[in-house]
Amino acid sequence: MLISNLEIIPGSRIVKHLGLVQGSTVRSKHVGKDIMAGLKNIVGGELKGYTDLLKEARQEATDRMVQQAKGIGANAVLNVRFSTSSITQGAAEMLAYGTAVVLE
Amino acid sequence: MADFLDLIVFVILMVVGYTAGRMAERRHYRSILAREQELGGVMVFSNRFPPLSGVRGQALVAGSVVISEDYFKRVVSGIQSIFGGRLRSYESLLDRARREAVLRMKEEARGKGSRMIVNVKFQTFSIPGRNPRSYGAVEVMAYGTALTQA
Repeated sequence: MLISNLEIIPGSRIVKHLGLVQGSTVRSKHVGKDIMAGLKNIVGGELKGYTDLLKEARQEATDRMVQQAKGIGANAVLNVRFSTSSITQGAAEMLAYGTAVVLE
Repeated sequence: MADFLDLIVFVILMVVGYTAGRMAERRHYRSILAREQELGGVMVFSNRFPPLSGVRGQALVAGSVVISEDYFKRVVSGIQSIFGGRLRSYESLLDRARREAVLRMKEEARGKGSRMIVNVKFQTFSIPGRNPRSYGAVEVMAYGTALTQA
């Protein structure tokens, strides 16, 4: 499965458009990480626990999007975008979406 | 007496926040500058379209970072936002986060043998705390398509 945030892929032609596919996940903070983050909020600096959390969330969202694309018979997802939103306090949603296509 | 203790705690937090925050920021900028030199070979473009010839492979690459402000910045920006205008302390926070995200994206691209990233997009997100006063972490994500040249 080819994933790209470009609209065209150099050297290959789009045979069929299959429409929008998306994948999302909602992650919440871990209490331990939250306490550490509270301490870090005093001294400043990177919150590594959160960085990892969001990286995992991004991976999960991408995987789900790819699953959906596979399900409808695509072999590539183009023009992929990511979007984050906060739902409640302490939880965040990560959304990945793109256009499923068949490349020759 | 309790008020006095509160004041002492406040002063200690301000001092710790100021010194630790300054040190963290300076160290971070040093590391950013060094890595920007090192990764200068990977070029980043915001073009939507890739060059039409000479491209062999491509991969989605991303870099993200969550950076927290310090106590001193929070208090100072709280005071500054009464009068409005520039919040310098937040400007440097976002600048650090964006540059760090781009560097991580470049590192990933270099790991895949690419020297060019096109269609780079930024996504900024502030993480809400459990208590409304504890806002103050910002996530920046940069993503794009890394191209390997033929």
